[in-house]
Amino acid sequence: MTDAEQQGAAYEEEHVHAVYEQIASHFSATRYKPWPIIERFLKELPDGAVGADVGCGNGKYLTVNPRVFMVASDRSTNLVKIAKQHQPHDSVVADVMNLPHPKHSFDFAISIAVIHHISTPERRIEAVKAILELLRSPLAGNPGSGGRALIYVWALEQKDSRRGWDEGNEQDVMVPWVMRAKKEKESKKGKGQKAIDSSNEAEQPSEQPQDKTFLRYYHLYRKGELEQIIGEAGGEVVEAGYDKDNWWAVVTPQL
Amino acid sequence: MKLLTLNFLTCAIKTCKSAPSSFPLHPRDASLEVIETDLNLPFLKNILPRLMWDELRVITSELGLPDLPPTPPTREDLVVAAEDAAVEGEESEEEASQTAKDLHRVLLETTVKEGKLVCGNCGHEYKVLEGVPNFLLPGHLV
Ligand SMILES: [Zn+2]
Repeated sequence: MTDAEQQGAAYEEEHVHAVYEQIASHFSATRYKPWPIIERFLKELPDGAVGADVGCGNGKYLTVNPRVFMVASDRSTNLVKIAKQHQPHDSVVADVMNLPHPKHSFDFAISIAVIHHISTPERRIEAVKAILELLRSPLAGNPGSGGRALIYVWALEQKDSRRGWDEGNEQDVMVPWVMRAKKEKESKKGKGQKAIDSSNEAEQPSEQPQDKTFLRYYHLYRKGELEQIIGEAGGEVVEAGYDKDNWWAVVTPQL
Repeated sequence: MKLLTLNFLTCAIKTCKSAPSSFPLHPRDASLEVIETDLNLPFLKNILPRLMWDELRVITSELGLPDLPPTPPTREDLVVAAEDAAVEGEESEEEASQTAKDLHRVLLETTVKEGKLVCGNCGHEYKVLEGVPNFLLPGHLV
């Protein structure tokens, strides 16, 4: 690895991987509803197709289609343990930059909300190359017949979202993940005192559990940027679009 | 980790992937656990053409499991022949043969719970803990 790559990897270790490992179960509890475009991509696969879910998190996309076989991977052991329960698939701990799969062995791949955590342009291209490399090569004389991957990343253009980012804003950001401490059901309306459980009465206020905030690094993609790095990685964009604060693309290896 | 998964795994080190000896990974000091799951006959039929049969035979023999037959079963082998099965309605559901049950048991229910997976090219060992193999590489191998 070059120095820049090493720094990028070390940065992601601290500001992405270590965070997900700590927030795994809490994060997982909030991630259960598959997005429609991803659901459609998975449901349209022929029965018996074999694929990879790169950066599977808690494995929420492993529930969509039990007629295909997916080998899912994530950097976080804690998330993989959660993902593992989804039959008939399987899950392993691995890094997108060093995936443990034979080249060109998969019909399809998905990588949802993963490559926006990569901190340098060179490494983003490397990651897309690694995903493309998983896919079946196209047959000679039949461009586009190779395997297909669906990639999702967070968009810079999301002015209607809670975060409110838009064109022209900084693309490299730290995004907080707040893990709420388990407090008694005290509300904003001031009935907090009453709601405190009797077993807690003796506790000093300073011993009240505190909310914990974790910061995760994101690179927000501007319009056209995902297609651009796909091109630089040697992929061909089959279909692309914008969906609820995200840019997405279906890619296939070029002949 | 299911044995079927080993059909799609190799060494995570880039330079190993083009070396034929890096596939399949070899289980070592493995403790196995059978985790029962529902048999899905269409799934088994569809996955058949993807199996690297000779390599799977190597893995099962290294694990001390009963020998797999020298040639892979066909789709027909997975279904109880029609004359043996109850022939009431023509649309009656196909019945999984013993071959299908055996295949389901070895590929999808037999899992590596603890142990190592070893690359036949570079010798690197990947640990399996609580059924989860870990392919993260130490810094000097990245
Ligand atoms: Zn190796």
